[in-house]
Amino acid sequence: MWSQIAEEWPRFATYYNLVFIAKAAGTTLALSALGCILGTAIGLALAVTRVTRSRWLAPLRILALIFTEVFRRVPFLVTLMLCFFAFQATGYDIPLFAVAAVSVTVIAGAFLAEIIRGGFKSVHPNQWEAAATMNFSLLDTIRLVILPQAWRIVLPPAFGYFVMFIKDTALASQIGVIELTYVGKVLNNKGFSAALSFGVILLVYFAISYPLSRLGVLLEARLASSRHRRA
Amino acid sequence: MHHLDIAGLEARYGEHTVLSGIDLTVGRADVIGLIGPSGSGKSTILRVLMGLLPPVAGMVKLDGEGVNYADATQVRRLRDRIAIVFQQYNLFQNMSVLENVCVAPVKIKKRPRKEVEEEARALLAKVGLGDKLKRYPDELSGGQQQRVAIVRALALHPEILLLDEVTAALDPELVSEVLDTIRLLAKEGMTMLIVSHEMAFIREVASRVVFMAGGKIVETGAPAQIFDAPEHARTRDFVSKILRH
Amino acid sequence: MSYTLQFGQIWPFLPRLLEGAVVSLQIAVLAFCGGLLIGTACAGVKSFGPRWLARIVGAYVVFFTNTPQLVQIYFLYFALPDMGILLSSFMAVVIGMTLNAGAYLTEIQRAGFESRRASEMEAAEVMGFSRLQQIRYVILPHVAKVLFPPLSNQFIIVTLGTSMAAVFGVEELTGEAFNINAQTFRSIEIFSVTAGIYVVLTLAASVGLALLGRVLFRARTELI
Repeated sequence: MWSQIAEEWPRFATYYNLVFIAKAAGTTLALSALGCILGTAIGLALAVTRVTRSRWLAPLRILALIFTEVFRRVPFLVTLMLCFFAFQATGYDIPLFAVAAVSVTVIAGAFLAEIIRGGFKSVHPNQWEAAATMNFSLLDTIRLVILPQAWRIVLPPAFGYFVMFIKDTALASQIGVIELTYVGKVLNNKGFSAALSFGVILLVYFAISYPLSRLGVLLEARLASSRHRRA
Repeated sequence: MHHLDIAGLEARYGEHTVLSGIDLTVGRADVIGLIGPSGSGKSTILRVLMGLLPPVAGMVKLDGEGVNYADATQVRRLRDRIAIVFQQYNLFQNMSVLENVCVAPVKIKKRPRKEVEEEARALLAKVGLGDKLKRYPDELSGGQQQRVAIVRALALHPEILLLDEVTAALDPELVSEVLDTIRLLAKEGMTMLIVSHEMAFIREVASRVVFMAGGKIVETGAPAQIFDAPEHARTRDFVSKILRH
Repeated sequence: MSYTLQFGQIWPFLPRLLEGAVVSLQIAVLAFCGGLLIGTACAGVKSFGPRWLARIVGAYVVFFTNTPQLVQIYFLYFALPDMGILLSSFMAVVIGMTLNAGAYLTEIQRAGFESRRASEMEAAEVMGFSRLQQIRYVILPHVAKVLFPPLSNQFIIVTLGTSMAAVFGVEELTGEAFNINAQTFRSIEIFSVTAGIYVVLTLAASVGLALLGRVLFRARTELI
């Protein structure tokens, strides 16, 4: 295997191929980052919906519950296919990247909703009560009191999911998004050995994911050591 | 007209009735001392009044005007006029002392920050916390936190102040500083409902004492009557036990 | 917007989807159990083994948890034949998923091992337990209780991960969905029903595992 790789390497390591891989890495990162940012917005909205009390909002609460439960229990590939075919059915020409981004967002939203809800729960109920007696609205309570206390609980697992999504977006290759995994397949089809093509792709994923996961560990240790300090 | 009128108030936690048939009238500048064994419903009255536990029956009137606790707008209006101080202080952990006091007047009542801060500084100085403005709750002693909590309630300019066992969580040497603060408020004519185990303090500061047991009001009267010549056996029993301590 | 949902057409294919679901569960159980063996061994090495071996195990864990499972399986499926090792797609998927699960399960179990209470260890030592007896009577019962919830959670993750097998033509639940889609073109209907089956499958697994954990270890798992 090694001799074959050594033989292929000069042909492989061309400027064109390296740019091709770098661009794909950018797409992979953009997909996960976009999914996580939009997912955070959706997750926050879902988490807030689930802590409302009003009787009128009960249907919304149930919808939020169903959304979080369902999309945490459907494989990413299936969600991806559903989005792909749903967009196709609209008849509009929607870029594949957008389809993948929407799929990541939906799943990230469901997972982050649970993480954020866990963060809300970690704040002592007396903080909610004090805010209520001082006429804070639900949104004011969350913005001024709860989020500033919950974020240190929320951030480490949320960051962990972000790193996880970098790997999960590999499945976007299945609908033709030109991200890292897709490029691995293309290189393999171009005649490079699978060991080299996928080996390099694995290493690129590793080079992105490993430093970020170390950062996540550091972040968690940092926040845990100051758990009882102010925001 | 009475400042606060409570008639036939009833409340439940799930199946469990925690308050029943509560009748109480509170005049302007009255200081009501609520006493009784734990679980007698003293604190629950305050929670019901604040709209934290919706009553299942009865009537609460503020300045003669009935309050419907199922109506969020009415509850909001009520909370504009009544403030509560909790046993556990419930200070916002993410805010400094000054922010804790200013956040509701500035962000919720939309008063100018400068004016609110000035007032907050003056109030905090009055309770001996003028040098702690930038501290956070977890850097303060219990007594200091409790005084911040009282100032936070006062900064809302309430007409009525509810105090829920505000000295119960404090070390004995910290109790007096909080009681001094309350004494000051009473002198200034604030209408107050005080739940407390500090009998000597209640006797001194209250204009009327209410003895509760089992979710009901057993006896109401002037401090001298309740403590020296209670009519009911239960009150007698409670008072004699407490005073012997 | 000319697409109208017609679920009627795909009901006849439901048995095939359910057969696929059985295959999904088989892969999940194989990969999870294999991963559990690897994970237990590796966690043992990391916590109690010689340092050089712990380093190797560490490299394995770090590599497999920082690269996508899909590409790992690609590598196994396409690169190993070049070296003369020919794997069926089913085997490539099971081996890839086992190695991947093994890495995550090493991490989970190591955290469990570390959570063993130091005082309990000392007590056991004072009582004259041997190293193995300590592990058998003191560490394992405690660890089992701590580990059960994250292990159940990992089983759900592995189950959802089996859908990747479809990429390699394995006819598990998602694979069958692809097949039926190619026959009927009722894509949205098929994939929604497939999604529904995954939800039911993993919900059943979550509930079952939570009950099991409560009975066996008094472990509390929050369901929703």
